[in-house]
Amino acid sequence: MAMSRDEVESLIQEVLEVYPEKAQKNREKHLTPNDPELEQSKKCITSNKKSLPGVMTIRGCAYAGSKGVVWGPIKDMIHISHGPVGCGQYSRAGRRNYYIGTTGVNTFVTMNFTSDFQEKDIVFGGDKKLATLIDEIETLFPLNKGISIQSECPIGLIGDDIEAVSKKKSAEHGKVVVPVRCEGFRGVSQSLGHHIANDAIRDWTLGARDDDNSFPQTDYDVAIIGDYNIGGDAWSSRILLEEMGLRVVAQWSGDGTIAEMELTPKVKLNLVHCYRSMNYISRHMEEKYKIPWMEYNFFGPTKTAESLRAIAAKFDESIQAKCEEVIAKYQPEWEAVVAKYRPRLEGKRVMLYIGGLRPRHVIGAYEDLGMEVVGTGYEFGHNDDYDRTLKEMGDATLLYDDVTGYEFEEFVKRVKPDLIGSGIKEKYIFQKMGVPFRQMHSWDYSGPYHGFDGFAIFARDMDMTLNNPCWGLLQAPWKKSTEAADEAVAASA
Amino acid sequence: MPSVMLRENDKGELTLYVPKKDQEDVIASIEFDTEDAWGGELTLGDGSSFVIDKMPGKPDLPITVRAKRGAEA
Repeated sequence: MAMSRDEVESLIQEVLEVYPEKAQKNREKHLTPNDPELEQSKKCITSNKKSLPGVMTIRGCAYAGSKGVVWGPIKDMIHISHGPVGCGQYSRAGRRNYYIGTTGVNTFVTMNFTSDFQEKDIVFGGDKKLATLIDEIETLFPLNKGISIQSECPIGLIGDDIEAVSKKKSAEHGKVVVPVRCEGFRGVSQSLGHHIANDAIRDWTLGARDDDNSFPQTDYDVAIIGDYNIGGDAWSSRILLEEMGLRVVAQWSGDGTIAEMELTPKVKLNLVHCYRSMNYISRHMEEKYKIPWMEYNFFGPTKTAESLRAIAAKFDESIQAKCEEVIAKYQPEWEAVVAKYRPRLEGKRVMLYIGGLRPRHVIGAYEDLGMEVVGTGYEFGHNDDYDRTLKEMGDATLLYDDVTGYEFEEFVKRVKPDLIGSGIKEKYIFQKMGVPFRQMHSWDYSGPYHGFDGFAIFARDMDMTLNNPCWGLLQAPWKKSTEAADEAVAASA
Repeated sequence: MPSVMLRENDKGELTLYVPKKDQEDVIASIEFDTEDAWGGELTLGDGSSFVIDKMPGKPDLPITVRAKRGAEA
């Protein structure tokens, strides 16, 4: 039972009623029924604006965008959380960026390095401490290939000169030391952190091998940009590209290394999965190195096959022929998956509220399983993300930008989806409300979901959540007994 | 004076991208687009415009240039 445009509009109005007038006016612009006819999203939805004070927002900060998303997964570098200990410690290893290597010896992703700021560092400055820290790292972890300094809020507030320390230590140890000015207070969400991180990569590492042609190149070199290898996503994407005859030179940044990043300017095509977090560097490489970039989508067999063909179209006929072979090879596999799970999931309705690319990218995967996405929204998307979303969503489905805890709850109560895909902060609220929930930021400790292999896991996970018998058992026993008692009374009367 | 990036999208349309605002729009019309002159006032799909310096011939795209905001249409 799809809602009509009027119903969705009145639902939005009803939900907004509890806010004071000013807040109502502000939030109104972020909520809208979808109109697939529109070319530009700015006609119907406002995004990337400061969250309202006083509401529960689900957004992160610039440090989360830089350390957590872009820099963190680069495995052979050490990323120092420069500032108080909490920011790094409480986000440590939470994003499940898988990698190969020996942690603590030549890879460092799940470790937390911090300068642990104390009062005296705030008062007297932390540059000396940072210099000592870098020296200690060099002694204890000599196999690191570089260091990035991820600033937390106080660094910007007290005016430390981390750039100077970086240059000095970089010269001293002969390794890359990258200062990243990603203090949490910058911008309205983690989105600016992605941008700052991209700019830091551009300014401090990308040009390192510009004059060095010793790396043997082929015509089929590509780089995977914006795949963070959550639960192994980049690996299940990479094998498809390699089977097709392409050579994947770099993974940005899941299971990636600094050497791969420095070699990326040598590739022929950049493949961008997460547009939101890495379009900046792709645009830069297009301008400076004339490397074209294209977006692709490896969620669900339909979109995967579509993307594989689009990628192959950029290369010669031998690649295109192999691409068809690859698609044909996996077809029986995913058809079996659809045959098994589609009858169990057909017609179920899903609401999503996630981060940078998934609110639009996973829609195809749900549709392959016969499910319908009835509402979607971005924590930190911009206009260009919504531009790309309008076409993917059905008419008069709900779109919500930077949705507040209250609004999301009310929408779910009224729209009554069969499944919600969102983050850890929303998970337990909805599970307690008895609504099946998947944590779609890190695949609820499962994955990978990319590619044909990932789709099988995706389908299994959705089935195992949706058709779990536990959802019918959530009512408190004393409530159940009164109902039963009432019924008994009614029956006897 | 924002700096903007001019590039061609997949369909071959000229687009203007404002990095500070993450806004990308198709350019509807361009003032000079001949052999020996390129640039001037760029009008976007929604009517707003940007003015860039006139260049001798079409540059190698994409390119980042300084632009002035034109009069609001």
